Amino acid sequence: MTLREPQESTPPQGSTPPEGSVAHAVRAAGVGKTFPTKEGDVVALTGVELEVAAGEFVSLIGPSGCGKSTLLRLIADLDEASTGTLEIFGKPARTARLDQDYGIAFQQSGLLPWRTVAGNIGLPLELHGSGKAERTARVRELIELVGLTEFADRYPDQLSGGMQQRVAIARALASRPRLLLMDEPFGALDEMTREYLQSELTRIASETGAAVVFVTHSIPEAVFLSDRVVVMSPRPGRITDVLPISLGAARTEHLRESPEFFERVTAVREALHGTPVERANER
Amino acid sequence: MTSPPHGAPDAAIASVAPAAEAMLPTRARRSGRRWTAVVWGAVGVAAVIALWEVYKFLGPAEGVVLGGSDEAGSGFMILPRTHDRAMPHVWDMGARLFEPTSGGETPALWITVVTAGLVTLGIAAVGWIIGVTVGAVLGAAMQRWQLAEWGLLPWIVLSQTVPLIAFAPVVNAIGNQIDRDVAPWPQWLSVALIASYLAFFPVAVGMLRGLGAPDRIHLDLMRTYAAGYWATLFRLRLPAAVPHLLPALRLAAASAVVGAVVAEVSIGMRGGIGRMLIQLAGQASSDPAAPWGPTFGTIGLGLIAAGSIALLGFSLQNYRRGEETA
Repeated sequence: MTLREPQESTPPQGSTPPEGSVAHAVRAAGVGKTFPTKEGDVVALTGVELEVAAGEFVSLIGPSGCGKSTLLRLIADLDEASTGTLEIFGKPARTARLDQDYGIAFQQSGLLPWRTVAGNIGLPLELHGSGKAERTARVRELIELVGLTEFADRYPDQLSGGMQQRVAIARALASRPRLLLMDEPFGALDEMTREYLQSELTRIASETGAAVVFVTHSIPEAVFLSDRVVVMSPRPGRITDVLPISLGAARTEHLRESPEFFERVTAVREALHGTPVERANER
Repeated sequence: MTSPPHGAPDAAIASVAPAAEAMLPTRARRSGRRWTAVVWGAVGVAAVIALWEVYKFLGPAEGVVLGGSDEAGSGFMILPRTHDRAMPHVWDMGARLFEPTSGGETPALWITVVTAGLVTLGIAAVGWIIGVTVGAVLGAAMQRWQLAEWGLLPWIVLSQTVPLIAFAPVVNAIGNQIDRDVAPWPQWLSVALIASYLAFFPVAVGMLRGLGAPDRIHLDLMRTYAAGYWATLFRLRLPAAVPHLLPALRLAAASAVVGAVVAEVSIGMRGGIGRMLIQLAGQASSDPAAPWGPTFGTIGLGLIAAGSIALLGFSLQNYRRGEETA
């Protein structure tokens, strides 16, 4: 997919595609978030400039407390930005949430234990009053997409963690969102399941053409999945670097062993640790 | 878990999930445990009967009185009397059930007990429904508005400290007044209201806790679905409240039965098992086994009430999946 090709000329502080283009999935300008506490205000996020193009896969990476999850919650309108403007497909975050413009998945699958796999995936559709026949068809399609056809009638407690997370991803995709928000969705899984689901996610993202904002603290995960990696830093939470990955659209298992892959991993690691990038070239 | 090869992770993931066959032993173990519970329950009942009969056999007929003079009723009784008027044999209690209620052509005692029991059960059920409805509404209101919780919860707790026998005549008096001046008000409705006064309390508290039980992540998800209060209530909060509600409903059922029996006695309603209990207890010196009939009847009512909630819990077992992971 051409949309997944990153712009080569990306400057560190956010890309700058043509002004006024509606193609942006997310556009944050001067976004900040302050939480009032008894000991005074805590600045969780400050001065965030970020644009995510439609169909683009962007990872947010950084140590805990860098505000990556906060930024995701702001985009999802689960919290409100204290400063700056945040637009999702050119609309305010709140409107985008009400319009169901995004799907979301968290580190915990958050499945309702009393609903079957099909029931869980169908929940967002049910809430938005789609017809029964239409819903059944869509749910079957989604279950197939995440490869759980035989498990449609199982309950979450009968599934492994990886399968539960696949159900959560299917549920996030239910209303065909053009934007997928994911907060460390594979963080609680073992390494093998994790790598498998990463491949699955790249496949699903390119099949659906949805833009993805993906929060993680795993460097290889960010590199493997993303078109761009946004590096963040704590106290106060802010974006310190944006690295284009340019590994092409095809993300296969083979890629994980390639020198290009390791090169990007090193680059992200050095950006995270604040070491000058020139050192990487010398080595 | 063994690490799967790269080519076939799907099968590996599937094998991690507990298959239906793998769950069978658990289920078998569970049903085995249920049988053990039944056996131990029967042993418990047998033990109570044995204790009764053994004491009746060994204990002194007039009991043991400390510091008594010749005057009747003086002194301090530390062991009860064991003669047949005070402690009838268990088998006499049983046999009495099949004799006429009050001599002559009157129906057998057990028939009268069942008839009276059904009347009380019906009233208790109405009381339970009123109590559950009121409790549910109060609980939901308290969960929704913090102010309502602050304002209502202390009064709800306080309400349970008012003794039922003090409160019952007041309800009855108001009921009679309504009956005279406003609209027909049958006495059983007063009894049901008094029963509901006990029943609403556990439901209100259980509802408040249960509706507040969903995890943050589920509430966040409902918010991302732009689901309003009612959608969130019915799709998330109520189902998540079931594990909190079932014990509350069971408690409410038991309270409704106790409330109905006590209210019948204290306002003197005829036809129910409470009244029958008092009447037969008054004749106990001449017919000692008779009051045990309605006593067993009351126990039966409690069991039916608790059993109905167990059935309800069984039909709602999908909402209790979290509880089963033991």
